[in-house]
Amino acid sequence: MSLPAFATLLGRLVFTPGRNAKLALLRQYFALQPDPDRGVGLAALTGELRLRAAKPALVRELVAARTDPLLLGLSLDYVGDTAETIALIWPERGGVNAPAPGLAEVVEAMEATPRAELPGLIAGWLDALDADGRFALIKLVTGGLRVGVSARLAKTALADWAGREVDEIEEVWHGLEAPYRPLFDWLEGRGPRPDPAGAPMFRPLMLAHPLEEPDYDAIGPATHRAEWKWDGIRVQLAATAGGRRIWSRGAEDVSAAFPEIVEAMGFDAVVDGELLVMRDNVVAPFADLQQRLNRKLVTPRMMAQHPVHVRLYDLLIEGEEDLRGLPFDVRRQRLEAWFERTRPARMDLSELISFGSMEQLTEIRAGAREASIEGLMIKRADAPYVPGRVKGLWWKWKRAPLSVDAVLMYAQRGRGRRSSYYSDYTFGLWRPDGEGGEELVPVGKAYSGYTDAELLWLDRWIRNNTVARFGPVREVEKALVMELEFDGAQRSTRHKSGVALRFPRIARVRRDKPAAEADRLATLEAMIVAGPAPD
Amino acid sequence: MAPDGAGRPKETGLHIAAPRPDSWMQVTPKGLYCVPGDFYVDPARPVPRAVVTHGHSDHARPDHEAVLATSETLAVMRARMGAERAGRRQQALHPGDTLTRDGVAIRLAPAGHVLGSAQVVIEWRGSRVVVSGDYKRRRDPTCAGFEPVACDAFVTEATFALPVFRHPPAEREIQRLLESVRLFPDRAHLVGVYALGKCQRVIALLREAGWERPIYLHGAMLALCDLYERLGVRLGELRPVPAPEKRGGGGLLAGEIVLAPSGAEATPWVRRLAEPVVCAASGWMRVRQRAKAKGVELPLIVSDHADWDELLLTAAEVAAPEIWVTHGREDALIHALAQRGVRGRALHLIGRGEEDEEPEAGPSAVQPGAEPAEPPAAEQLAAEAAAQRQGGAGGPDAL
Repeated sequence: MSLPAFATLLGRLVFTPGRNAKLALLRQYFALQPDPDRGVGLAALTGELRLRAAKPALVRELVAARTDPLLLGLSLDYVGDTAETIALIWPERGGVNAPAPGLAEVVEAMEATPRAELPGLIAGWLDALDADGRFALIKLVTGGLRVGVSARLAKTALADWAGREVDEIEEVWHGLEAPYRPLFDWLEGRGPRPDPAGAPMFRPLMLAHPLEEPDYDAIGPATHRAEWKWDGIRVQLAATAGGRRIWSRGAEDVSAAFPEIVEAMGFDAVVDGELLVMRDNVVAPFADLQQRLNRKLVTPRMMAQHPVHVRLYDLLIEGEEDLRGLPFDVRRQRLEAWFERTRPARMDLSELISFGSMEQLTEIRAGAREASIEGLMIKRADAPYVPGRVKGLWWKWKRAPLSVDAVLMYAQRGRGRRSSYYSDYTFGLWRPDGEGGEELVPVGKAYSGYTDAELLWLDRWIRNNTVARFGPVREVEKALVMELEFDGAQRSTRHKSGVALRFPRIARVRRDKPAAEADRLATLEAMIVAGPAPD
Repeated sequence: MAPDGAGRPKETGLHIAAPRPDSWMQVTPKGLYCVPGDFYVDPARPVPRAVVTHGHSDHARPDHEAVLATSETLAVMRARMGAERAGRRQQALHPGDTLTRDGVAIRLAPAGHVLGSAQVVIEWRGSRVVVSGDYKRRRDPTCAGFEPVACDAFVTEATFALPVFRHPPAEREIQRLLESVRLFPDRAHLVGVYALGKCQRVIALLREAGWERPIYLHGAMLALCDLYERLGVRLGELRPVPAPEKRGGGGLLAGEIVLAPSGAEATPWVRRLAEPVVCAASGWMRVRQRAKAKGVELPLIVSDHADWDELLLTAAEVAAPEIWVTHGREDALIHALAQRGVRGRALHLIGRGEEDEEPEAGPSAVQPGAEPAEPPAAEQLAAEAAAQRQGGAGGPDAL
């Protein structure tokens, strides 16, 4: 039953919007499925399944030989997705008594079977499965499996199920491979904790709390250190004799996207830093970095146009020595000394900003002009490096956000818990329409920042002021103004307005303000040049 | 199950002399019309004489002069549109009985679609046409099963006429629902169903599967469930979904099963339920994109229509040399019939939709405690059908 069980899990995960519900489905899977199948399932869920894939054409040929071409064509047109069409249209043969294959069995047989015999093997499996099972099998053997959960979520479910912390699993994870027998043995109390030995592992990251006014008093130059907060992505570089890995904040292995950084990691250490696109020592806007994210393959052209760089701010492990228990100041000295000796290419040190008082730090934050600076990081000088977000040790102090008063144009229902609410909004600003009047042009979408009470009010307002519907989207009367807050504005050719907003959210609903008095697009355009306004 | 009438002498001189079916059953803008009997079957607009196959709103329209149907279908029509609009004169015909009028014999045979649903068997001068309405071949505890009737022309639906539509056993889908209820005891399970037929079938299947708890109903479901009970279909304990104690309150009915019109999950009504798992029971749920687009968390493939295999099986059983297709994916079915030596013909009847998809419960129709929705106006249905044909596959009317 194991491939069908996995198919059922995938089928439910793909339709389930809620995190808790996904965790419940995953926990049940780990609890009920036998080894080695659940381990292979875990590998598939965490994106670590290695399988010799068949070409999609092979499966297309199998179905073509079993169906009428016109009916297959009409079905493809109707369903859209090829793998799904094949899974649905595959003619079930009466009298097939072969049991459904196991997940581990499929992976092993794909490896061991000569290419010429693959069609017969796969057709036999398809005959033994139902539609959900066929869909999962086709996706699996053609290498197109999408599971709808992150690796982190799958590990969190595993930890919940076993009564452990997810970080305990992360610590041992990267020395292991499918089907993870030693891991399950340990989690079920049958075996010792797996020893990650020399593998380049992920260490859970230390995170920061947003700094609020009441916290200001506690901060001073004797006890705290300040650094710029750069608008990139957090990475952990782990290099040992056993290998080199770039870990994202969510413990995903992103090494393949940044080969030039991997190449520069000729050291035996684990360091924490910010990945940025940099040209001539100037940090480029986040949009440039986006060109490099989520890629499995990187071209030399991409590397030349969007050169990446890591700005280092912490040293966790040096050689065999774990520095995480040491105070920040000591780790910083060790980082500087290590950097002086190692001088890795494409890396530099995050600058420590000296300040004499909180007032002075406030001015420094307000005076920052570079668009790629999000604000300041403030760290306690004596804090050890601890996983997670422990209050009072690290603070992030973002610059005052930018804002405009924008007009609500369209609303869309949310998903999951918000599916009965119009909770996702598109906003517009005024610009000349070329005929002496003014028109609204969409500038961005926002779906957060409001209170529950405001959402209830907005939902009712939208239902009562709808002028047109386009599927799930409602166009509303152009009459409601909201203050839209965002961290930055950048030029964009992908947006009709020519401007893209960074992290837009709703600051408040301006029921008092007539739509005609909302801001002009020109106001927003000026913010691209000027950068954030001081407090 | 030998088709009734299969032994009819086909090779007699009488049969050879029989008129061609399309010479006396004709497609008109108002619907399928029997010329010698002067009546319509499931007409889309008010007519003097109508024979109605079943109570769904794209088949049973209001304001006919005289309506002939099973007594159950007549009761459904009265419940949905009010006695005064359900035909000025109503005449019940018991399945199996024959009514002859102007030399035309009319008989009703069970269609297995919903309670009261019937095929109309019409015979004139030795030529027999069966108008099946909507039908399914699976067992349904709430209505009589489909009986194939041999004929010269069989009029079929084609809602799920693509080989990608093969409905799994409904019992298996009900098990999936119950497994989910066990896995998420802190959440309500909200199942989107059509108010007539699907609702009561899902309830009956749940009862067969051993679910003995009260089943909770949206206001739009109550009247027809009452009617089913009055007509002798046992549904167990049903309760209306309670209103929250204070305005805006929620968290109700954790661990329970709630049936509501599809679309109710998008209305403020749903906020009273405890983190509902949104389910939908429909043949369309076989296609992922359909389920995704509706925001369904647990798609349940439960259909009251014949699937692909059953459409072809039925065509073979009724052994008709020609098959007329009323609505759905005609091209695929006609192509497959041609391969089997059967002449298929698309009728392009106006006013037939995918009733599973019909927003019977548009947001305005599903306010708490609402009465069953008013069927959409005939003009609107006709306009929708026309729009579908404009962009659709069938091409111009075959007539």
